[in-house]
Amino acid sequence: MFFPSSYPWTENETLGEHLERRGVSRRAFLKYCGELAVVLGVSQALTPQIAEALQKVRRPSVIWLQLQECTGCVESTLRTSDPTIGDLLLDLISLDFNDTLMAAAGDAAEGAMQTAMKENAGKYILIVTGSVPLAADGMYLTMGGRRGRDVLEEAAANAGAVLAVGACAHFGSVQSAKPNPTGAVGVADIVKDKPVVTIAGCPPIADTITATVVHYLTFNRLPETDGEGRPLFAYGKRIHDQCSRRAHFDAGQYVEAFDDEGARNGWCLYEMGCKGPETFSPCPIFQWNSHTSWPIGSGHPCLGCTERNFWDTMTPFYNRLPAVAGFGVERNADHIGLALAGAAVAGVAAHAIATGIHRSKEGHTPHEPAVDLPVVETPAEKSKEERHD
Amino acid sequence: MTKVVVDPITRIEGHLRIEVEADGGRIKNAWASSTQFRGIEIILEGRDPRDAWAFTQRICGVCTTVHALASCRAVEDALGIDVPPAGGLIRTLVHGMQTVQDHVIHFYHLHALDWVDVVSALKADPGATANLAASLSPWPNNSKTYFTEVQNRLKSFVDSGQLGIFANGYWGHPAYKLPPEANLMAVAHYLEALDWQRDVIRLHTIFAGKNPHPNFLVGGMASAINLDGTATINAESLSKIRDMITRARLFVEQVYWPDLLAVASFYKDWAKIGGGVPNYLAVGEYPENGNWRDAESMYLPSGVIFDNDLSTVVPYDQEKVKEYINASWYDYKEGDKVALHPSVGETIPHYTGPEPPWTYLQGEEKYTWMKAPRYDDKPMEVGPLARMLVAYASGHADTKEVVGEALGRLQVGPAALFSTLGRTAARGAETLLLARRLETWYDALVTRIKSGDTATFSQKRWSPDTWPASAEGYGFLGAARGALGHWVKIQDGKIVHYQCVVPSTWNCSPRDVHGATGPYEAALMDNHPLADPKRPLEILRTIHSFDPCMACGVHVLDAQGREVTQVRVKG
Ligand code: SF4
Repeated sequence: MFFPSSYPWTENETLGEHLERRGVSRRAFLKYCGELAVVLGVSQALTPQIAEALQKVRRPSVIWLQLQECTGCVESTLRTSDPTIGDLLLDLISLDFNDTLMAAAGDAAEGAMQTAMKENAGKYILIVTGSVPLAADGMYLTMGGRRGRDVLEEAAANAGAVLAVGACAHFGSVQSAKPNPTGAVGVADIVKDKPVVTIAGCPPIADTITATVVHYLTFNRLPETDGEGRPLFAYGKRIHDQCSRRAHFDAGQYVEAFDDEGARNGWCLYEMGCKGPETFSPCPIFQWNSHTSWPIGSGHPCLGCTERNFWDTMTPFYNRLPAVAGFGVERNADHIGLALAGAAVAGVAAHAIATGIHRSKEGHTPHEPAVDLPVVETPAEKSKEERHD
Repeated sequence: MTKVVVDPITRIEGHLRIEVEADGGRIKNAWASSTQFRGIEIILEGRDPRDAWAFTQRICGVCTTVHALASCRAVEDALGIDVPPAGGLIRTLVHGMQTVQDHVIHFYHLHALDWVDVVSALKADPGATANLAASLSPWPNNSKTYFTEVQNRLKSFVDSGQLGIFANGYWGHPAYKLPPEANLMAVAHYLEALDWQRDVIRLHTIFAGKNPHPNFLVGGMASAINLDGTATINAESLSKIRDMITRARLFVEQVYWPDLLAVASFYKDWAKIGGGVPNYLAVGEYPENGNWRDAESMYLPSGVIFDNDLSTVVPYDQEKVKEYINASWYDYKEGDKVALHPSVGETIPHYTGPEPPWTYLQGEEKYTWMKAPRYDDKPMEVGPLARMLVAYASGHADTKEVVGEALGRLQVGPAALFSTLGRTAARGAETLLLARRLETWYDALVTRIKSGDTATFSQKRWSPDTWPASAEGYGFLGAARGALGHWVKIQDGKIVHYQCVVPSTWNCSPRDVHGATGPYEAALMDNHPLADPKRPLEILRTIHSFDPCMACGVHVLDAQGREVTQVRVKG
């Protein structure tokens, strides 16, 4: 992957020239650009433009800074599932500093970072995983004998783009959970003079990271984001609206205990504490580890890890949403449960699947309040629905 | 005396600083300092114990299952929960695959570059490389064409001038001993291992939804089994699991293990370097009937070895684990001289080091965020070497066979294991044992399922209404990097105290009140060379042989921790 799967570049080569030298056909390249359009959620009609833009890209320097964190985000990147996207990206970039993978250590590692920052000032992409501890005068994290905060500020000063990858860089994640003993904060709390794109998740799916970088290289700007700085192409949709178990939610078929009959039939995990109704994440679409499965797919309720402060707002994890402060779902859910106890279960479920599809076509509004639960349809709504079809 | 600082130590998890004093090409004194603190245990207080696995899992994303499992066990111990056998076997498989994958990544991606000179691979003859590889293993990718292609890719990479992660490596250092062909073979397998690890770890995704950070569950596993279901563990997913297990074993048997022995044969001098602390501790692991409380069912045994004496294995008793903080940036209420058992452990962070930027930490009384765990008041090495030694000394047949094979091929005796090379070899031996054993566990699971015993979860004590008013539990785990323990106290349905004693805390521990150094430090002071203080390759070899995981090592704490967080900055 990192150097590994990549076919090295000669100096000053553009991607177009590079691919030609590598023997990648125009057709294969366009196919890749088409796939990229799908991941980024832009129209397929833009494929030629994406291709044209990408062709002109020159290999950028990437500095990957690991602060207060667990290395799960780097590990996740190592599992990039789509070989096309992963290889092309990692072929595209020069990873000039990464603690976990780089050969050099100590002064030599510091030196590699300083060189990359100097030679690519104003242009390099800074990927940050991990949070910044501010308590105790910053002494809960030192690197090369310097405070983590100072290292971050220096690296961000001349970065062309800053990506905060993972829940730690997003908002501080687990170490910032109450009572936040180290005063951990996210990258955007420190880097304020330029936009910070947040790739949320604990960890995020690797493809989200790579797609964002490719977006930046392709369009020469960062993707559109929601209020949390999360790219809309990945975080614009709620899990609950894309969930493979949604039909069971709508049909009132809930797992009531792990490994019960419902669980053995793949029913909805809402009663087990699923946070899918409040979580915006590409999990159900991108899935994990080469599209093998995803948390809800494997029977565990969603923890809500792409949402700010989920360690406090989404816990206890196994309590169903209404018990979590700030959510008002219970009445709706009970209402639905009652409504569905009637005879029309199958019909409503079919309707729900249909609306789910409409919804995903329409896109999304980030930060929509609470859950938009289907209600038993009125004749007026029904006719509207039919007009759609 | 030359003072040498290596900070950051790269190719590890987390933030580690090593300082040494060297004279005449030898290391005379060493200090290991962990430079990050996160405070996860304090955060657990007042929370639902069923959530603890998710919090503690985030201690580490490299060994991403181990804290979650230890936490589930601790809570299950406290609440008296038995995991049904099928659920327990799924855990054994998940943990087993984790260790296999983790060890392979460690060897190729974190450790190999200490022994393998990437630049020298450019000089290799691909034909001779193919012959070398074929003489070691029947692995299909042993052709001249294959190695030519890898070499060409490497060449244009180096020509491009953008070396990426290979920039500033200590290439050409005289301590690199492999011939160019062996270097090329290892570089090729570095690349192959990247694809391999991505594939085999999907076992986690099927059973637990994702990796890193798969989902666990107190009382079992959330993935229900229904062979006819579409959204459950079914015949199709089981056959995928079976394929991954086979692929895992083949790679370990035909690539990792032969590579390891081939590389080791050029570095036999490292069998006399870097031993260090002569005491080894293993907690036992891989319950083959799924019941982690059943010591008999553990594939690898537990036990303690003192003073490199392989004739005696002492039974492990968790009551004898205690932690000092005399050299760590913490306070104890009773002062710095005492050692506390984790069940009554305290962690009050109190930084007293110099004002950054630091020049040297050596000479400071306190110099790290690691505590100093001791067993029976002695420092202990934990990890694959400790487990292999305990198993070997206990007469564990599979271990005797595999370790015996390695010793025979390298023509060295068991004493060679107490070294940097021994540590690296033991990790490979353990991987081979586990990669072969996965099939046994898989078969045990399938047999259960066939007999209709598909329960993966125990509902009995799920609801807090069924819990005692107060409870206390201990969960251990033979994690990839070594013995792991979680201690939990629960009151009125909430966690009131939580402590972890973690592999890297054992290994990276600082000096204790008796002045005894921890395993990293002791290893660096054991007959340890350092030819060029500006290019401290040898230090990396020994430190990496432990597979450090710093985020794991620095955890913490109990209720008192949040009260006092003072910083005394020294000049
Ligand atoms: S509650 Fe969870 S499991 Fe149920 S449909 Fe929504 S996201 Fe899926």
